[in-house]
Amino acid sequence: MTDTQTTKVDQSVVKAEARNAQLQMLQEFWHYFSANKGAVIGLVIVGIMIFVAAFAPWIAPHDAGQQYRDAFLMPPVWETGGSWKFILGTDAVGRDMLSRLIHGSRFSLFIGVIVVSISLTGGIIIGLVAGYFRGWVDGIIMRVMDIILAFPSLLMALVLVAVLGPGLVNAMIAIAIVLQPHFARLTRAAVMSEASREYVTSAQVAGAGHMRLMFKTILPNCLAPLIVQATLSFSTAILDAAALGFLGMGAQPPTPEWGTMLAEAREFVLRAWWVVTFPGIAILVTVLAINLVGDGLRDALDPKLKRS
Amino acid sequence: MNVLEILNLTVTFDTAAGPFKAVDGVNFIVNQNDILAIVGESGSGKSVAMLAVMGLLPNTATITADKMTFEGKDIQDLGERERRQIIGKDISMIFQEPIASLNPCFTVGFQIDEMLRAHTSLNGRARQARAIELFELVGIPDPEKRLRSFPHQLSGGQCQRVMIAMAISCNPKLLIADEPTTALDVTIQKQILDLLLDIQRQNNMALIMITHDMGVVAETAQRVVVQYQGRQMEEAGVLELFENPQSLYTKALLSALPERAEGDRLPTVSDFSDSFDAEGATS
Repeated sequence: MTDTQTTKVDQSVVKAEARNAQLQMLQEFWHYFSANKGAVIGLVIVGIMIFVAAFAPWIAPHDAGQQYRDAFLMPPVWETGGSWKFILGTDAVGRDMLSRLIHGSRFSLFIGVIVVSISLTGGIIIGLVAGYFRGWVDGIIMRVMDIILAFPSLLMALVLVAVLGPGLVNAMIAIAIVLQPHFARLTRAAVMSEASREYVTSAQVAGAGHMRLMFKTILPNCLAPLIVQATLSFSTAILDAAALGFLGMGAQPPTPEWGTMLAEAREFVLRAWWVVTFPGIAILVTVLAINLVGDGLRDALDPKLKRS
Repeated sequence: MNVLEILNLTVTFDTAAGPFKAVDGVNFIVNQNDILAIVGESGSGKSVAMLAVMGLLPNTATITADKMTFEGKDIQDLGERERRQIIGKDISMIFQEPIASLNPCFTVGFQIDEMLRAHTSLNGRARQARAIELFELVGIPDPEKRLRSFPHQLSGGQCQRVMIAMAISCNPKLLIADEPTTALDVTIQKQILDLLLDIQRQNNMALIMITHDMGVVAETAQRVVVQYQGRQMEEAGVLELFENPQSLYTKALLSALPERAEGDRLPTVSDFSDSFDAEGATS
């Protein structure tokens, strides 16, 4: 009886300990992350972005596709002729800019997440295999990556979209393929320098197999540059998607994607500054915020940068 | 019983300049409870011979041996899977750079747990208890707390203690220590050596100590193998070696010890190189 009681107590203690350890790690992470003020600001902006994207239909004052025939190119509220009905004005066919921007944030985040996941997964696996096994495997993989890198990235994406057909999904696939060699290269370089370290040999001595060495021993030590690259690529993906949209090869009108909005507004740049400025600012702020968060993540996650 | 028996081990590397023999005809037998020291200058093939035994050399190395057995089992042609079952459990190894030998991304507790998970059938709580026990054994204060530390939060000496704890976690029959004290300062060196010897005595395991420090040899070893340029120059008991060295190279090596210097110039091994270069070639 007493035995079972003690084991019960023991278990609860062990669980509490485990929770404590997790809490401590989170605290430590936050400590290093919050030391970087820019990163915190970036995180707040990204948080707002995610909130806006998640609740777009409820936040947006109007429907993104609704055209108000009595309010073409209406200026923002603080300009003469503006109205509180359309806070950031309307575009050439009378759609509310603010609502379109809010809905557009959904597309941007969606593009970033999907593109980065595809290219990160692909790049890590390819780079890990190349860097770990070396030899002819490495040769073939890296030459193919070099070929992809030899094309200007936007041109390559354009060609791929031209082959696959225009549209948001195809644009995302194209951007993922274009970004992927960067991850592969980065992973390979990191894996090669880590693979010769002593802790890898000592893991081998402990009896670890190829898979375990690759994914469990080496990969976590290569993550710091990959996280930074992933956040940078997140913003590159948004930018490239906007560029493809601007060139008419990405999201098709009337999708309220920011790049597509810029493309539609091209003719009115001189007459109505707001139709190009606001999507531009939206892209700028998003990209900047994500880059700041990336920097902060690197500071917090890289064990080599920690001092304690 | 013979724990490790090696007969005529040769390791050749394919290099751009043609084949290079790093280890050339090395023989030794390690018994249970034995402490064998392998000494030699850098590049004499001490570590390579041991890495060959562990099967850790890159593909460019060709390993041949007339006999290479662990507990009577041939370990030359083992498949990778079978080799992994022996290595880590029955043979384990400690390296020169303790801090570099631990994975910087995980806590030391996680790494020791990984070792136990791979080679024992203990459950989570038993593994935790065993890890704490091991840390106490190697003399790490406050083990529960230290288990949650990352390698960079520990000192070099503590990291080496963690490495030793990991190496002996599955009660190996043979422990290979590859210059375990080189990266540590002198006071810590002494503590680590004492710890290794204590553990060796308690667990009845065989210990191979690779070193170039004759002081370490004199203090710890029972038998000594002297290597020079991949060739085995001499194998003798530790007292015999110091009192009556047989090979000319060993003589040169011993006369190069600073405490034996006469006058104001320290003799070096190369002062005597004419005498033993010929010897190695003929033996």
